[in-house]
Amino acid sequence: MIEAKSLCKSYGVFKAVDDLSFKVDDGQVLGFLGPNGAGKSTTMKMLTGFLAPTSGTALIDGVDVVENSVAARKHIGYLPEGAPSYGEMTVQQFMTFVARARLIDRKDVPASVEAVINKLNLSGVKHQVIETLSKGFKRRVGLAQAIIHDPQILILDEPTDGLDPNQKREVRSLIRAMAKDKIIIISTHILEEVAAVCNRVMIIANGKLLADDTPQGLIARSRYHNAVSLVVDAPEKVASTLGELPQVGKVEIREGELTLFPNQKKGLLEAVTAAVGENQWQVSALRLEAGRLDEVFHSITQAEARA
Amino acid sequence: MNGMTNVMRRELTGYFATPVAYVFLIIFLVMTGIFAFYLGNFYERGFADLDSFFRFHPWLYLFLVPAISMRLWAEERRSGTIELLLTLPLTTLQAVVGKFLAAWLFIGLALLLTLPMWLTVNYLGDPDNGVILAAYFGSWLMAGGFLAIGSCMSALTRNQVVAFILSIVVCFMFLLSGLPMVMNLFYGWAPQIVVDGIASLSFLQHFADISKGVIDLRDLVYFALVIGFWLLANILILDMKKAD
Repeated sequence: MIEAKSLCKSYGVFKAVDDLSFKVDDGQVLGFLGPNGAGKSTTMKMLTGFLAPTSGTALIDGVDVVENSVAARKHIGYLPEGAPSYGEMTVQQFMTFVARARLIDRKDVPASVEAVINKLNLSGVKHQVIETLSKGFKRRVGLAQAIIHDPQILILDEPTDGLDPNQKREVRSLIRAMAKDKIIIISTHILEEVAAVCNRVMIIANGKLLADDTPQGLIARSRYHNAVSLVVDAPEKVASTLGELPQVGKVEIREGELTLFPNQKKGLLEAVTAAVGENQWQVSALRLEAGRLDEVFHSITQAEARA
Repeated sequence: MNGMTNVMRRELTGYFATPVAYVFLIIFLVMTGIFAFYLGNFYERGFADLDSFFRFHPWLYLFLVPAISMRLWAEERRSGTIELLLTLPLTTLQAVVGKFLAAWLFIGLALLLTLPMWLTVNYLGDPDNGVILAAYFGSWLMAGGFLAIGSCMSALTRNQVVAFILSIVVCFMFLLSGLPMVMNLFYGWAPQIVVDGIASLSFLQHFADISKGVIDLRDLVYFALVIGFWLLANILILDMKKAD
């Protein structure tokens, strides 16, 4: 379990992280979501014991990161932003170094190194010098060093940043596979990543916690949640008819697409499909909106910026 | 302890994985040779000792040791691996000492490779090998002093060139503090105790004592203190200023 207690980090007058408190339980995959410079990385650096908080502290499986930093770090696997590694070493040398540093039993080191190399499909490049590897491989090397000691807590700072779509997918499925009874915290500014791997999201901006919810919960905050969008030949005419329905709150037309927002009454989709059937409109697309994460993200972080 | 040796081993592997180690060793050997034979008049002096060889070590170290130490922490900062290293379950002390020891052992290796000089002088004459051994030891200790300064300077910046220049400047001050050109600035107005204090900081004086074959406890304590002081400063700098 991770418990952050009023974490603060300031650089002079600038508050990078401002009184952040939260708890993370086993089995949770928590996404830190926020604009660049929101304090996500700084929070992670404090949790991993790299930076000392200006005030406040965090408990890592009950161990205080400020008072007992080295002991707390034993529970954590950490992928720093940009996945740094010692470029002049080979993959195997680097993994051996990390395995030893992670206090793996001397006789188990070769087996652990081998296992993690296989797990991340690095066996083809294990004797290659890291700086000659492609970005995707380097990222996998970074992930490998983070999980080599099978930590209970995994903190990954932008694990998919700069990867191509296939590599992103690969990294995400890896994270999902490890998620079962661990704690995983990832930071990202990619919205779909949160929906893809996390079961909890914290939106952070200007060092403050603005929202703490499940991805579904966040999406449900969207004004598009349960709205119905359709593409028809004459949207204006259709809009005026559909606007009369008792279930419709507001109507918007954007780029030929008509969106009907629900009011308190349920059954908007049914009412719309019935009306479409009745009036014999030529509908080329019709869908029920789940909600738009980017819109939620924008409204939450912008509201903070204005405040 | 294990953490420290692990860091040290990694660092040493790093030296030999890049041309740094080989370039350094070759330059070191060539330079010691040039200094001893041309400037030190190794043959012409007609003495069976290595004085002409050791005499130039402080000046050689002034430039070569910062070349080794500049990357110790600046490189970690630049590549971001400092974040990796200092989130491993290691204390900052273990990381700092491990890296320092790696560099110090490496310089020890460079010194060992000058063994042909010792063989030569033994072939040509009948030198006092005790003195030579003491001088080797003194030279290595002095290199440790330079190295500790360089390591600390390297922790200040992510730029290796800046680290290199800062190290040379600080090492130069330590080297010169016993020479008349510095001491003359203080004679006459500064209290004697300050003058003595500054004079006793000089690497040259302490090295000269040891290389005469006199291993005085005070000289050992002096180098131990210099190394300890700068490594402690190194740790404090890292703890205060981890991220840029």
